[in-house]
This record gives sequence, structure tokens and C-alpha cells, in this order.
Amino acid sequence: MSYLFRHLDVVAQLSAEHVRLVGVSLLIALAIAVPVAIAITRRPWVGPPVFGVFSLMYTIPSLALFALLIPVFGLGFWTAVVGLAAYAQMILVRNTVAATGVDPAIVEAAHGMGMSAGQILWRVQRPLGMPVFIAGVRVATVSLIGIAAIAAWINAGGLGTLVLDGIEHDYPQKALAGALAAVLLAVVADQGLRMLERRLAR
Amino acid sequence: MTSLPTSRPISSAVPGLYRADAVGAPRGIRFDRVVKAYQPGQHVVDDVSLAVEPGRFVVLLGPSGCGKTTLLKTVNRLVEPTSGSVSIDGVDVSATEPVALRRGIGYVIQQVGLFPHMTVAQNVAVVPSLNGWPAERQQARVHEMLDLVHLPAEQFGARFPRELSGGQQQRVGLARALAADPNILLMDEPFGALDAIERTRLQGELIALQRQLRKTVLFVTHDVDEALRMADAIVVMRAGRVVQYGTPLEIIARPADAFVGELTGAGDLVRLLALMCVADVQLAQDGELPAGAAVIGLHADLRTALSAMLASGTTRLVVTNDAGAAAGTLTFEAMLQAARAAAEKPAP
Repeated sequence: MSYLFRHLDVVAQLSAEHVRLVGVSLLIALAIAVPVAIAITRRPWVGPPVFGVFSLMYTIPSLALFALLIPVFGLGFWTAVVGLAAYAQMILVRNTVAATGVDPAIVEAAHGMGMSAGQILWRVQRPLGMPVFIAGVRVATVSLIGIAAIAAWINAGGLGTLVLDGIEHDYPQKALAGALAAVLLAVVADQGLRMLERRLAR
Repeated sequence: MTSLPTSRPISSAVPGLYRADAVGAPRGIRFDRVVKAYQPGQHVVDDVSLAVEPGRFVVLLGPSGCGKTTLLKTVNRLVEPTSGSVSIDGVDVSATEPVALRRGIGYVIQQVGLFPHMTVAQNVAVVPSLNGWPAERQQARVHEMLDLVHLPAEQFGARFPRELSGGQQQRVGLARALAADPNILLMDEPFGALDAIERTRLQGELIALQRQLRKTVLFVTHDVDEALRMADAIVVMRAGRVVQYGTPLEIIARPADAFVGELTGAGDLVRLLALMCVADVQLAQDGELPAGAAVIGLHADLRTALSAMLASGTTRLVVTNDAGAAAGTLTFEAMLQAARAAAEKPAP
């Protein structure tokens, strides 16, 4: 623990890097996952091939995925972002599709009253599905915080740097500091998004 | 297909019921040779032609799977016919924009389909708000509609649907459907999920409401008693086809075939009596009233009259008019004769 308290500034800076890495990856992941999920709900045949590809990506170990990306994207921040965004797809798309699955009677009533497809999405499916959607974001966020620690291995920075350094220099205190900080981040993100979920479910 | 074929006026499909307008566009809802097939050769709706006059309460009656709901949904284009056309006041609905069309047609379904994340007031205001009404007008309309269905806005407006009973939810569903003042109301087994007491109560309220509002109503049910009670006219359907279209009395008194007879319990004279009223019977004019005689109103139905005869142990009832004065005497024989006559010849 001594390392953590003596180098709070370093840990804080790496935490900020970690948050940035996860945040950017998550935003990009959402920008892909939400339209894909909407496409799946409108054209159900899109679902199986998309889920097939995403679940295949999900089964690749994260270290191996990063290794596969190096020849294409090189080392660094953006390579990690690509890998993390790919990982999040499975969780986000699945939950977003589930979130649009509101009671068919409600959707039929909405159609019958003369709501357009866009209005049904925005006025009915979005508010009703929001808690499920946020749950997906929460699970994806917590997963990415964990996987992002591995991204230090491809020079993407973040708390994984402490863990790798600690192992390399046989300095367990340093590795522990990185791990603890990552756990703390994950717990804070999880609790924060849970609160949001509960508020939206009401 | 944009207009009705002139060689075959649609009103000919409904002999004795309605005459086509001589001038101007035909009013009301018209189905012209409507077919719906989800798979080739399997006609869920099979060549249906019907005319529904404005302000009429028409019930689509038949066993489940007979195509009545599918036919209903062709009116607001939730279902597109495979062939044939549906028109409203002479305008082919396939030429209209579906979203605009639906905002002008009230729609009530069995599962109600209230939006669980909106309050009762917000649910009722959905179509007015889609139509861009100013907030004050929306609010005034919500109050008016909730009063109409006996759920005062002060008490119920701020509640959420899950806080209401099934019957209350369907009242909100009805208020929501009526909020933008549509001329046409489509109701798909609206009371099917309610318990018997609530169902009877809501039927009564809908009858009273319809007397006041005079909407053109298409009402789907498989409940014969509900159909007989509510309908101005009943469309009996089987296997996608219209088997008979007539008033409740015609359907009971002169079923088109054995299927209709069995479905509606035709030949059940008590059911027939329920559809006739005291005023339909030739009353005897006896002069003075026997003291303590059983009394019945001129507008009571004959089933109630029969029940009164059985209860009082007589075959004669004193009939009173709206003012409470004696209008004559109803005899069992006259009642029997009227029922038999109705069963033998079509009602006027």
C-alpha cells in the first residue's frame, strides 16, 4: 500500500488516462452498437450474423485481440480503443436489442394511434427500455475497465502500466496499487450507473 | 383500385340494410372485395364486401381465427389487404398517409396498451400532443375525456396505469382513443380481459356514450351476448367470409345458415324476446287498471316482461308510457304472437 500513498499523483494521472481510454472506447462502441441494435429490431434477419461475429470477437482473449490489432494499427492508444470498442459490442448490442423489446401490445397501440416509427422509438421504446440499456452500459463499462488494464501492454497507458511495471521490476506494491485503483474505478462506475438505472426504472 | 365498381354497387352485398347514396360520395366505411392472405391460397379475409353507415355501431362477430380482427385492422392500415379496397367517406385508405389516417381513427385493443411510463393524463393526451395542440387545450380535453369515462382527472390524472384496475385501465384506453374526437372508433375485443361484472358495466357505459357521441364504431368480439347487446348491426364471420350481416333481431330470428344459428343460439326465443321491446307488441286496450297489477314500461324488453309475468304469476302486465300513464295491457298471447312473427319474417 505504501507505493499507492507515496505516489498518489502518479496513480491519479494514470487513473485519468484509464478513464479516458475506457470513456472514448465506450462512446465509439455506443455509436456503433445503437444503430446496429436498431437495425436488428427493424430487420430481425440482421441479428444472427451480427451476433455471430460479435460473439466470436468476444471469445478471443483480450491479449490476443490486441496482438492481432498491432500489425494493422500499430502500438498505442487508438489500437486499444479499437480492441475495447470491439469487446463492448456484444454486451451493448444484446442489451440494446433487449431494451427495445417492450410489450408488443404497447407498440401496437402506439402504431394504432398514429405514432411514426421514430416517435415510437423516441417516446415509447426509449423511455421504457432505458433501464435495460443502462444496465448494458454498466456491464460494458465494468468489463472495459478490467480489459483496459491489459492495454498497457500495447503502450496505451492507464493503470495497467503500474501492474506491468510492478511485475517487470519485481515490485508487488506497485502492481497492487494499479490493481486496487482499477478495482476502485470499476466499483465507482458500477455503483454510479446502478443509481442511474434505479432512477430511470421508476 | 380507387373506386367502387359501378356495375356492382356495394350496397347490393347487404340486401335490405342500406341503400347507396344517390348523390355525393358514399359516407361511412366501405369494404370492397377485401382479401388478406399471409400465405398464397390461405385467405384469412376472403372477399369481404360491407358498408358501414356513419354513426352505426357494427359488431364483427365470429369464432377466433375467423378473420374479424384482420378485417378491422384493414381500416387503419395496420393490415394491408392483399386485394380489394377499404374506403372511408369515399376515400380509399390506401391513398392516405397511414400515420395521419390513424390519428383520425380511435383504436382500442383488448390488452389496452397504455404507456406504463406516462400518467393517465399523459396517456389520454397522446394523440392531441402528436397533433400539436397547445397545452391548455390538451389539458381541457383530458379533463373532458376522463369525466366522460367516470375517472375524474383530479383524482386519476396523475396516477400511473399500473395503479388502476383492469376496468379502469380500459376506461383510460377508451378516453385515449376518443381524445382527438375521431369519427371512427375501432375496438378489438376491448372488454375481453375483464371480469363479468366489469365487462357488463363497461358495455352499459359504452352504449350510453355511443348514444351521446354517435361515432361510427367497428367492434370485434366472439361473445354473442355482447354482440346482441351492443350492436346496431352484426357481421357474422366464418373462415374469412361474411356469413350474415343484419340487425341483432334479424340474426336471431332468421339465421342465414346452421352455423349462424348455432353460434348465436337462434331459435332461443328468450334471446329473441330480449331484443324486442314492449312497444313492438300490439297492446290490448282493456280500459281500467286492475288494482295491484304488475306494471312494465313501454321501452322495456320482452324478456324483462316475461320475467315480470313469471314473477307475478299473471299473463297480463299493465304497460305505462314515459309519463307513467297506462298505455294498455301486454298479454302473454300477444307477446308470443309478436315473437313468432319476428321469427318468421324479416324485421322492418
